[in-house]
Amino acid sequence: MKKFITIIFFLFFYQNSVFAVVEIDITRGNLDPLPIAVSPLHVESGSKDIKQGGKIIKNVGEEISKVIEINFKRSGLFNPLKKDSFVQSSDIAHVKPRFEDWKLIKAQALVTGKVKVSEGKLRAEFRLWDVVAAKEMIALAFSTTPENWRRVAHIISDKIYQRLTGEEGYFDTRIIYVSETGPKTQRIKKLAIMDQDGANVKYLTLGNELVLTPRFSPTNQLVTYLSYFRNLPRVYLLDIETGIQEVVGDFPGMTFAPRFSPDGKKIIMSFAKDGNSDIYTMDLEKRVVEKITEHSSIDTSPSYSPNGKYIVFNSDRSGLQQIYVMRSDGSNVKRVTFGKGLYGTPVWSPRGDLIAFTKVHKGKFYIGVMRTDGSGERLLTENFYQEAPSWSPNGRVLIFYRETKSDSEGKGFSATLWSIDLTGYNERLIKTETDGSDPSWSSLLSK
Amino acid sequence: MNLSASLKKVLLVVFASLLLSACATTTKKSGQMQGDVYTGSDTIEYLASGVQDRVFFATNKSVLTTAARDVLRKQAAWMRKKKDISVTIEGHADERGTREYNLALGERRANAVKDYLMTYGISGGRLSVISYGKERPVDSGSNPLAWSKNRRSVTVKAK
Repeated sequence: MKKFITIIFFLFFYQNSVFAVVEIDITRGNLDPLPIAVSPLHVESGSKDIKQGGKIIKNVGEEISKVIEINFKRSGLFNPLKKDSFVQSSDIAHVKPRFEDWKLIKAQALVTGKVKVSEGKLRAEFRLWDVVAAKEMIALAFSTTPENWRRVAHIISDKIYQRLTGEEGYFDTRIIYVSETGPKTQRIKKLAIMDQDGANVKYLTLGNELVLTPRFSPTNQLVTYLSYFRNLPRVYLLDIETGIQEVVGDFPGMTFAPRFSPDGKKIIMSFAKDGNSDIYTMDLEKRVVEKITEHSSIDTSPSYSPNGKYIVFNSDRSGLQQIYVMRSDGSNVKRVTFGKGLYGTPVWSPRGDLIAFTKVHKGKFYIGVMRTDGSGERLLTENFYQEAPSWSPNGRVLIFYRETKSDSEGKGFSATLWSIDLTGYNERLIKTETDGSDPSWSSLLSK
Repeated sequence: MNLSASLKKVLLVVFASLLLSACATTTKKSGQMQGDVYTGSDTIEYLASGVQDRVFFATNKSVLTTAARDVLRKQAAWMRKKKDISVTIEGHADERGTREYNLALGERRANAVKDYLMTYGISGGRLSVISYGKERPVDSGSNPLAWSKNRRSVTVKAK
């Protein structure tokens, strides 16, 4: 992904459907996915093939529609209909769909489009149609480079998602995680980054030292993480574009659990000194270090509220791991979890309304959410071992990781990435080429 | 006469029970736990003759048990003799907890060991500390015995 590729939007025909016949409610468990027909984008004559990573893509219109379908399917909200049932050809459907044909195969929404690939340029346009009301709902066009064809598919998916649910989408995003290989006693870990659908995997470190718990900066250009480089566990910054890594600050002991502040100007993290871990921030520009918590307990896993005014964190000051909220200057610390069990890894939703967490009770691990005052605790999923949820940028989906049981030889061990909707539905394995852990979701790339 | 006969019986019973308990402890894979602190001999290595390299902890705790303090006093005595040796004290946790908290817990355990060695006259400059959290288990098993072996602090000779 190149940050300097611009995507230009031309809004040339937008109709606001007053009737809103086709609509998706994402606040409740969606047991009735919307049947949607995604027609392959018609490739205009004279278009060139796309050469990418040793492969030649002849029909990028078809490939774009496949990526959109997979996004829709994985969201659990849509039911993309099988293409072999489509009657109308893609070029005609884009101009004038025969709604009766689409109604016959039970489609309620239809996506059509066309794409042209010339030297160094890809131009695509798409339309979303309400089949039931027989009306056009959106029409948009984009211009980018041919290698970015996947992002076109993700942006189209987001636009459709937004139009039908009323919420921002999350398809044009990336996930950073830790790729794991090797025996359980001597795991080799590398920072890895991929599109949210698993494509375009890139490894950012070599695996010569342990790396853990990476997080994106708000602009998605930097990553902060813990590295055991030279056997000194410290928080680092990595520039995704250049690959350059630098240690954060000059701390005389282990720093860990790093995240960016919402404005991207600070790193917040834990610093362990003489057995005590407190939360500190460091201003990246001014290099000023501030101590935020002052307690003999373990204070870690901090997470800012989206407006930067509050911090939720994990502390065992009551004796066992619980979750606390404080003002971002460290004042007014309030405990928010009082249920039975241990609580950890709190993360504030980008919508500001909820905090997701890991809970451990009677030997079982849970991923849950609660309101920011600790009320309304809802456990979404239970497992032998799972932790560390991370929010999609629209605050509707959580990604986390699981580990399986193993014997004393390490047989049976695996670490995998999973996602689940806020409703508790649509629990899904996210396939990665190696084992994976510590996933973290980027913000929307197009912002 | 009667006393000697009943004494023999008592001795017989005592020897029999000793034999039985001896059999139980010589089985190869029988680890032991007290509470949930590992008390077995599996995974233990030696810094020097009679000087064990590690101590074990209860779940979520960094408190040194009596057995742990015994081991550490021997480590301290060895380090007082070998004045040119420096060590790295590793802190570890089992896998049954969140990753970041376990990093902090490992650090706390390693520091508990460091503090104790310092009270026995070892200067802090010879003792560096590193936490591995749950990243480097010594036993891959997903069972309480394996986890108890992983809740440890290991003293390693610095190179």
